[in-house]
Amino acid sequence: MYQTTYHRASSVDEAVSLFGKSSEAKFLAGGQTLLPVMKQRLASPSDVIDLGKIKELQGVELSGDTLTIKAATTYYDIMTNADVKKAIPAIAHLTSVLGDPAVRYRGTIGGSIANNDPAADFPAALLALGATVKTNKRSIAAEDFFQGLFTTALEDGELITAVSFPVPAKAGYEKMRHPASRFALTGVFVAQTKSGEVRVAATGASQSGVMRVPVIEAALKANWSPAAVDGVSISANGLLADIHGTAEYRANLIKVMAQRAVSAAG
Amino acid sequence: MGVEGIGARVVRKEDKRFITGKGRYVDDIKLTGMTYAHFIRSPHAHAKVRKIDSSAALKMPGVVAVLTGQQIVDDKVGNLICGWAITSKDGSPMKMGAWPAMAPETVRFVGQAVAVVIAESKNLARDAAEAVVVDYEELPAVADVHAAIKSGAPQLHPEAPGNQVYDWVIGDEGAVNAAFAKAANVVKLDVTNNRLAPNAMEPRAAIADYDAAEEHFTLYTTSQNPHVARLVLSAFYNIAPEHKLRVIAPDVGGGFGSKIFIYPEEMVALWASKKVGRPVKWTGDRTEAFLTDAHGRDHVTHAEMAFDANNKITGFKVKTYANFGAYMSLFSSSVPTYLYATLLSGQYNIPAIHAEVIGVYTNTTPVDAYRGAGRPEASYLIERLMETAARQLKVDPAELRRSNFITQFPHQTPVIMAYDTGDFNASLDAAMKAIDYAGFPARKAKAKADGKLRGIGVSCYIEACGIAPSKAVGSLGAGVGLWESAEVRVNPVGTIEILTGSHSHGQGHETTFCQLVAERLGVPISQVSIVHGDTDKVQFGMGTYGSRSAAVGLTAILKAMEKMESKAKKIAAHALEASEADIVIENGEFKVTGTDKAIALPMVALAAYTAHNLPDGMEPGLKESAFYDPTNFTFPAGTYICELEVDSGTGKTSFVNFVAADDFGRLINPMIVEGQVHGGLVQGIGQALLEHAIYDANGQPVTASFMDYAMPRADDVPSFNLSHTTTLCPGNPLGIKGCGEAGAIGASAAVINAITDAIGKNNLEMPATPDRVWRTIHAA
Repeated sequence: MYQTTYHRASSVDEAVSLFGKSSEAKFLAGGQTLLPVMKQRLASPSDVIDLGKIKELQGVELSGDTLTIKAATTYYDIMTNADVKKAIPAIAHLTSVLGDPAVRYRGTIGGSIANNDPAADFPAALLALGATVKTNKRSIAAEDFFQGLFTTALEDGELITAVSFPVPAKAGYEKMRHPASRFALTGVFVAQTKSGEVRVAATGASQSGVMRVPVIEAALKANWSPAAVDGVSISANGLLADIHGTAEYRANLIKVMAQRAVSAAG
Repeated sequence: MGVEGIGARVVRKEDKRFITGKGRYVDDIKLTGMTYAHFIRSPHAHAKVRKIDSSAALKMPGVVAVLTGQQIVDDKVGNLICGWAITSKDGSPMKMGAWPAMAPETVRFVGQAVAVVIAESKNLARDAAEAVVVDYEELPAVADVHAAIKSGAPQLHPEAPGNQVYDWVIGDEGAVNAAFAKAANVVKLDVTNNRLAPNAMEPRAAIADYDAAEEHFTLYTTSQNPHVARLVLSAFYNIAPEHKLRVIAPDVGGGFGSKIFIYPEEMVALWASKKVGRPVKWTGDRTEAFLTDAHGRDHVTHAEMAFDANNKITGFKVKTYANFGAYMSLFSSSVPTYLYATLLSGQYNIPAIHAEVIGVYTNTTPVDAYRGAGRPEASYLIERLMETAARQLKVDPAELRRSNFITQFPHQTPVIMAYDTGDFNASLDAAMKAIDYAGFPARKAKAKADGKLRGIGVSCYIEACGIAPSKAVGSLGAGVGLWESAEVRVNPVGTIEILTGSHSHGQGHETTFCQLVAERLGVPISQVSIVHGDTDKVQFGMGTYGSRSAAVGLTAILKAMEKMESKAKKIAAHALEASEADIVIENGEFKVTGTDKAIALPMVALAAYTAHNLPDGMEPGLKESAFYDPTNFTFPAGTYICELEVDSGTGKTSFVNFVAADDFGRLINPMIVEGQVHGGLVQGIGQALLEHAIYDANGQPVTASFMDYAMPRADDVPSFNLSHTTTLCPGNPLGIKGCGEAGAIGASAAVINAITDAIGKNNLEMPATPDRVWRTIHAA
């Protein structure tokens, strides 16, 4: 690891202020990506601003039909939260299959979506549920937030404070784990909103990062059942291919995981 | 057996320090004035080193030195050696490409060191390494064995035309051809045995400390065999004569074979310590482990088996291409030859076998022994072939095996090995019963009704362990004898130290070796300590690998114990005014049999050291040593059966049951044996389902981190159902066969046989990743 200056911020304002004063700062949430990358000397921030002790970034709130998860809430805390389990159990399930226990104790929802790894689990949930990303400056629809591999709508120094999820009528997430990293080789989140809209998002599959799957959405809109997806054809064009999965395999997984997610959603 | 004697499930003595963080590994050691080494490694698979400019690095803070490959050559440090001479079928010796500890001119795999920075801290060394400018001229590279032997392929070594290490044969080709000419059926199979990265939990590390006044070196290193390291460093690398070199292997966190070998980093640390006049420490990181720890396996094989009309095997022919990587590692030459082809008879009565093994250089990390070393490759090949044969011949796979089992012992195979004992039917029966083999068709049918693909796979393995009779391996080209030595010191207060040449790096020797003492003397194991891993303490040793520590190392301890006991009995008899023949040892006392006269061991020991009243002519002291050279290999064998389900939608495998019935001869500590089997099975399953060290066509490693290289985790494997059948090994007095490698040798074939049974297709390579299984299911 290169030399860096560590700061522990006690508020969002202080974190943002520290960021502005540094030449090349990085916000540190759970550190599940940033710290390994720094240890490998692939990142060399001048300053690291730790968000882990900022109280206003912690916790979950359920208010009417909106579930809000603060940005620095850990996966473990999300997974075990009673409001999450009650309002959107698919999110609790997603968190339970994310990484391994060590990752879940440290990693956070804000860190995950800010990094926007193309195989991360949470971006699929945000996109399928039509979530809103709250920052210290504004609100951004999930649709606009994710902008390709490791790219988001966040501006320099902009800090995610929370994610708000509209509580759906039904939702499910199923994932084929990457055998080495335990990211999603392909994961599919399906949701039926209370107004009857069907949204399906796949992660780990596309060369462009998390994506909606319109053909499956159309099939499920017509008939919310696993069988409805049987006849759908997913193109392998534009899908990721690596030693753990060909593009054709990932195309198949989009379909199979979608079917299983519908079963799980009920 | 006493509560702590042979056969007792004694809790491991060493675990207290390991699980409380008190283990003392190389990286825990800090010496006064210690410097830190960071290696500059080639990013290219094949390149000329045109120039190394370290001028900027030398000006950086804390930099002590930047040393290059040319300097190590100029100082006449020897090239790395391969210690087992193999002769090709045309009579020519194997072709060794020169391997300097750091490359002065040419790099031949990604990760090969070209220079080293020595600095005041690890971080400063890394900083300076980034400022060293190495000018490379890239050369064409080749990573695949078949590509490497094509005409026009990039050539690695001038010494090895066509990238060929050797073309070696074993067996009677004429007899095999005759068998095939008369065969009723011939079964053919092509298999690839995937390359693995060993991934011991503790990365390799070394600290070298040169004492200029004494012209003496001390090396702390992660070694499975510190005496072998000292021998090789002294005899071949011109580091220092043996009496001026102490090698210490303290606690070592796993080896699996990868820490047998003497690597460039230890040599460079020793040489650099003398050059800079200070201790030099190097601790590898995980990336360096992936790039530079000797890999395992990597065979491509075509095999054919001939059967008569009664489904008896009549002949077996094998052609294997073995990928050596860029250089010949210490025992690499023996792994795909004498540790592989000599096991091709498996558990079967095969009258004629012929194998040809072609060793090939490629621009990849060197390949050497890894848990099982040649025997997993042999066992996998035979057991995949037996399964394929059963399907082709339309007979039950278990019964095809049974009808070909060797049942008379000793049995001389056509490929050198003489199996001393075994009962292959017993282990097959035990495993079939444990998994309810007879009930499988019903379970498969039920699974099918539920939309699941269920399969069962059998694997009947045999291995040659207890490595090894020195004369025999010497006649086959080994550069060393493979005996073991031990010393028993009874201290004047009656406590006991066992000094052993075996080395424990996870095997639990500190417990099992004590159990032998407890068994023989009836003393608690708390009175006994095991000393190992230090060439200044232990007289000599060949180390731990090849499942040899109990069969060979413990037998050496037994021999030393017998000498010590004989002397102690004379002392006791003298003190008790009895005949030596009437003395028996029980519960820590020397008793006159049939009387109540007794003298406790501490009193005997004290008598030995005070020497006030010893029998006439007896030397004082109670300390004996022994060397033990086995007369044959040992032959652990067993049956593994795996039942699993494949998800046809994803290709993912889920275990239903995994049973192992092993014959290891006598067990010293069944709990530790079970742990060894569990670990081995997980490694075998890892190879079958997950692990694969992959290079692209240009020799760039694709799997150099745990983000890409899939290690098995607890939730990837089932709970194992273990049992033992026992035939005692006649070759050593304790009847031990060894248990360290069996799981890794036998498991892979059981898994692949089960998956191919489930999906109804025979050809499936390892690792059977979900993607690969899914594509195989849906292939036309």
